[in-house]
Amino acid sequence: MLKDISLIISREYYERVQRKSFIISTLLMPILLIAMMALPALMMIWTTPDNKKIAVIDNSAIVLPALKSTTEMTFVPTVLPVDSAKVSEDYDAVLVIGKDVVQNPSNVQFYSHEASSMQTEQLICSQISSAVESRRLLKYNIANLDKILAEVKADVQMQSFRLDEGDETETSTMAYYFISLITMMILYMFIMLYGQMVMTSIIEEKNNRVLEVVVSSVKPAHLMIGKIAGIGCVALTQMFIWGVLIYVFTAFGMPMLLDDMAGGDMSALAAVQSIGDVGYIMGVFATMTLLMMLGYLFYSSIYAAIGAAVDNVQDASQLQSFAIVPIIAGLIFAMSAATDPNSQIAFWLSMIPFTSPMVMMARVPAGVPSWELALSMVILVASVVIMVWLSAKIYRVGIFMYGKKPSIKDLIRWAKYK
Amino acid sequence: MNILEADNIIKDYTGHRALDNVTVHVPEGSIYGLLGPNGAGKTTLIRIINHITAPDAGTVSFCGKPLTADSVSDIGYLPEERGLYKKMKVGDQAVFFARLKGLSTKEATVRLKEWFERLEISGWWNKKVEELSKGMAQKVQFIITVLHRPKLLIFDEPFSGFDPINANILKREILKLRDEGATVIFSTHNMSSVEELCDSITLINKSRNILTGRVDDLRQRFCDGNYRLSYNGDTQVLADAIAPFVKDWREAGQPGEIILNLKDDEARRPLIAAANAAVDIKTFESILPTMDNIFIQAVNNTQNA
Repeated sequence: MLKDISLIISREYYERVQRKSFIISTLLMPILLIAMMALPALMMIWTTPDNKKIAVIDNSAIVLPALKSTTEMTFVPTVLPVDSAKVSEDYDAVLVIGKDVVQNPSNVQFYSHEASSMQTEQLICSQISSAVESRRLLKYNIANLDKILAEVKADVQMQSFRLDEGDETETSTMAYYFISLITMMILYMFIMLYGQMVMTSIIEEKNNRVLEVVVSSVKPAHLMIGKIAGIGCVALTQMFIWGVLIYVFTAFGMPMLLDDMAGGDMSALAAVQSIGDVGYIMGVFATMTLLMMLGYLFYSSIYAAIGAAVDNVQDASQLQSFAIVPIIAGLIFAMSAATDPNSQIAFWLSMIPFTSPMVMMARVPAGVPSWELALSMVILVASVVIMVWLSAKIYRVGIFMYGKKPSIKDLIRWAKYK
Repeated sequence: MNILEADNIIKDYTGHRALDNVTVHVPEGSIYGLLGPNGAGKTTLIRIINHITAPDAGTVSFCGKPLTADSVSDIGYLPEERGLYKKMKVGDQAVFFARLKGLSTKEATVRLKEWFERLEISGWWNKKVEELSKGMAQKVQFIITVLHRPKLLIFDEPFSGFDPINANILKREILKLRDEGATVIFSTHNMSSVEELCDSITLINKSRNILTGRVDDLRQRFCDGNYRLSYNGDTQVLADAIAPFVKDWREAGQPGEIILNLKDDEARRPLIAAANAAVDIKTFESILPTMDNIFIQAVNNTQNA
């Protein structure tokens, strides 16, 4: 019996792993993901902004000294009249400050050949504002103004802390939320993709009648279990390869990226650092793999029963809703669980086998008590056993049924056959 | 000794009885025909013999012991609907099926090479099944069926889809396997394709066993007094001379040959004497009925009964 199943498993496994499409998708997917994540950062590094030359006609004579040139723009005082400055090839833009700018701050004009970016405008505005503000402050003749200003100035940076059992860990809810989203999407994708692979593979076997040859040597239930396990191993292989890539990325790629971002927003940096912790990431990854395999086993046995019952993929669409609806429901509930991982509803949905893989996954990155995780998995394992047993009964009858599109009633009757 | 005994098999599907009290005994070393029209229940019976489905009532014994799941390693089954994994290479696939039947990879490979040479398909080892024609795939499937040297070989519609040359190669190989000690069951609705091969047959119609016996006996039994007479001479003279002894007669396709239906066995000698006086007899032979004819008669008999 074990020999039969292992033979079936190895056949299913090698047939798929050797396919070009498997190799390509396995290697391409993470590259694509990393590229998507890294692209904005790289774009910032690569695109050195053009230095814009801005001619300044300062009629008030108080703003110009306050304007500070940056890497993006250089302010150049000019004596040219406005009209000739506007047409001059030497300047990218012309800034005209009104004589009464202190009294009338809206008397500022900015002429540009290209549409100016919001950032540029804000930068200029804030510089002019502070020049005008300090000029207005000066009128009050306050002693030690600079000192007072320096003391008043506050640079607020918030750091959030989670109250854990005993020790305080620096966290960022946002980062957990994103990890939840990413992991449960991967989970959903795998369960759906590989579950359907089981179904189409069974339909294909049924269609080209190879099934009859196989079941003359192997029990139908063994064939079904072997197929599910074989395809599951393919999923694990893909996961493993991705795991290695993620490990390499978090262990070596992430620190490099962090160096590039040094000097950026401190709180974001801390968040990235906390999720960039190799141990943490691998822990989440391992839990995801475990939940994924259990979820896959549960749903793929539903898919196996559906595949055995129908003659072609078109006929399967209706019955497929028995798998798809709960998976999608799981995904939707998981999204809400990601925002509120410890709510009552999230707890219960992470125990019910239909939704538990996705919902539990959404809760894991923020941390769940280990007994909850264990209980959820025990329930899931028990459900897998029941579902495989039930599906094997339907499968055994279904694979020899041709022609008629079975109803759910038929499936229940088949399952009752002795 | 019977290698296979299926007794009083009953199998019900919802609203339909596929097998109704069917009994089949297959003698060891024989070629056995399981004949009947499409939908008669042959495939259901074969699935029961193969331990794929279980009968609702009745017993099956194989080699003197009740049939179990382990028995199937001594059975080779070529299903009517042929099927192989399309994306798999021919050699890998054959090894896979051989291992399912309990052969080691090494043993399977050795035997396969032998068979591939025997059927002149050695060049196909690394081809994918989807690259093969239907007939080519059938050859591969035949090898897969017989590779583990089963005691009992079951072929469901074995010659459909084969050209005459390959069908003959297949027949030759099947006979060779029989000579080496295997028992063969043919299941087919195309009775003429197997009648010269079968030692015994069972006719199944509408889920019931309507006729069982040795082919020779059955042919004699259903002979019905038909004879072929070829001669030199005048047909009219002959007709007048034999008229008292025949029920009727008709000209067979070619001149100088008639087919006649004798009144009874007693009339044979007087008929020959009369004919001999009238014309110059070249041959006189009894016409044995074809399986098709026997089948039609048997069906009529059961309906009248």
